[in-house]
Amino acid sequence: MIARLDKWCVAAAVLGLTALLFPPVAGGRWTDGPEFLGAAVLLVALSGFFAWKGVTAFWHSATLVLLVIAATAISLGFIHAIGDGMTTGSGFWLFNLALWAVAWRGIDGIAAFRSTNPRWQRLANLFVPAAFGLWMIYLWEIAVVGFGVPQVLLPAPGMIGDRFMGSLDILWEDFQQTFMKAVLAGYIMGCGSGFLVAILVDRVPFLQRGLLPLGNLVSALPIVGVAPIMVMWFGFDWQSKAAVVVIMTFFPMLVNTVTGLTASGVLERELLRSYAASYWQTLFKLRLPAAMPFIFNALKINSTLALIGAIVAEFFGTPIVGMGFRISTEVGRMNVDMVWAEIVVAALAGSAFYGVVSLGERAITFWHPSFRERR
Amino acid sequence: MTASPAQSIEKPAQDAGQRRTVVEAKKLSLTFQTADSPVYALSEIDLQVEHGEFVSFIGPSGCGKTTLLRAIADLEQPTAGSIEINGVSAHQARLDRSYGYVFQAPALYPWRNIERNVTLPLEIMGMPREEREERARKYLELVDLAGFAKKFPWQLSGGMQQRASIARALCFDPEILLMDEPFGALDEIVRDHLNEQLLKLWDKTRKTVVFVTHSIPEAVFLSTKIVVMSPRPGRIIDVIETNFPRDRTLDIRETADFLEIAHRVREGLRAGHSYDD
Repeated sequence: MIARLDKWCVAAAVLGLTALLFPPVAGGRWTDGPEFLGAAVLLVALSGFFAWKGVTAFWHSATLVLLVIAATAISLGFIHAIGDGMTTGSGFWLFNLALWAVAWRGIDGIAAFRSTNPRWQRLANLFVPAAFGLWMIYLWEIAVVGFGVPQVLLPAPGMIGDRFMGSLDILWEDFQQTFMKAVLAGYIMGCGSGFLVAILVDRVPFLQRGLLPLGNLVSALPIVGVAPIMVMWFGFDWQSKAAVVVIMTFFPMLVNTVTGLTASGVLERELLRSYAASYWQTLFKLRLPAAMPFIFNALKINSTLALIGAIVAEFFGTPIVGMGFRISTEVGRMNVDMVWAEIVVAALAGSAFYGVVSLGERAITFWHPSFRERR
Repeated sequence: MTASPAQSIEKPAQDAGQRRTVVEAKKLSLTFQTADSPVYALSEIDLQVEHGEFVSFIGPSGCGKTTLLRAIADLEQPTAGSIEINGVSAHQARLDRSYGYVFQAPALYPWRNIERNVTLPLEIMGMPREEREERARKYLELVDLAGFAKKFPWQLSGGMQQRASIARALCFDPEILLMDEPFGALDEIVRDHLNEQLLKLWDKTRKTVVFVTHSIPEAVFLSTKIVVMSPRPGRIIDVIETNFPRDRTLDIRETADFLEIAHRVREGLRAGHSYDD
């Protein structure tokens, strides 16, 4: 009988019951906060029910997830309502451990969800990582608030969110300055020149011995040494940051394209030779398409490198706008929440940029074995 | 049609009766320089292929049959002797696009669908788009792949892929078809089927075919002339002419004539081997 009980739900029910024995706030009682008490009772009741019934159908998992959503909302309201000078008690943390067990079981059930409708399936596939991320943010929030971590060390996500929403105009200006100008311009120039030089190296073989080591040397230059020099050469505005991005993105593109151009098979090349195809025909009909997986690798690596390069370069002189500028000044003024807001912008922009490049990759190199199954 | 680099598939009928040498090799030798010692891939090869013939090179691996085919295709450079295709050098013949080459593997480009793989040589030769598509339709039908034009190579079976590569070799209507063990990787049932289809194609298009194989039944069934080769150094030890009708079927493999020729090929191969020991 015991073996047939759902382990995670048993754990949740036991932990939840134990939690009710300990105070949620140091020196307080459960009855002080009726909503939180309600959440705990509901948690114990539902996990007990599913421990007995088993989590088998989709609606079981969905119910557990809904329970977790409601309980986290109440728990967040509870922890923010605790007055200064009071700290959370062990009842609160036991409650969250129980919640964790329920969340695990619910998400596990949804991850196992299989549907013949691709739209539902895609939604379920998207839900799992999203839920995981949100759960991490929730833990971060209750840990920071519950343990009273100083905001200079680590601000709570809610605080960062407030700052983010409150400074949208500044963040947008910084984003335009750093991403739309420096990153995109540098990325296009760096990748473009790396690509063209790779073709040149391929066409004129002796350059391979001259240019490749030189490109390697340039890529090995430390960014903190190059950035001030670029500021002196190209001025304070975004042009000098774009120059740093060019230096960072040029070499990965060059090396990957040179390698990619050798990736076509012998038979495929001899086939074109048997048609008496010219160098450029061979390049465009065979060698460049075969090099595309390599070129997209470089584009993906460079999409993140470019953002890092531009932000760091702004530490070395810039007009009073830009993500790197904002981070370096706000950290000096102890406005760590603003620094985190910029980090959020950088993370969102970087992921979106990478995502767009990946979509392009999937569209163009759909034929590659790593993508074939998904067609 | 007049602007195209090649004519229609059906050759004029008077071509068939006429004896005309298409491939002529004289004292052809080819040595590969390797790190430790030279490898004599071909030694003093004399060979004539007439127009409309189906010639097979047969021999154990390492006997130079593929090398000989590649020398005809100007994919290898002979170290001595001469080789002429239609009276011009192999190099010039390649530039004239006088042969279609079918490799051991289909060598289809995975980013192109079957139709665009077949039209690849036509693109290289600068044929206008509508004509390319029409040719692709025609030749895909010829190799029984009419419904698969928009599929990608990796969505097709090995036999279908190889048929697509044959359509690609035929579509610019070269005079000669060079085939390097095209069915080597396929199972016997598919292979028999493709052999029959290939014979029909050969009969219909009146092309000259040079075919490399290491299968005796395949060589005897397909060929009008079988060139038996032996290794180290690669050379020709026997040339066998056959007289099967052009529209033969797989049934002839049971006949006494067939078995006799197969026997002679096997004897030749055995003689080549004993020399080696």
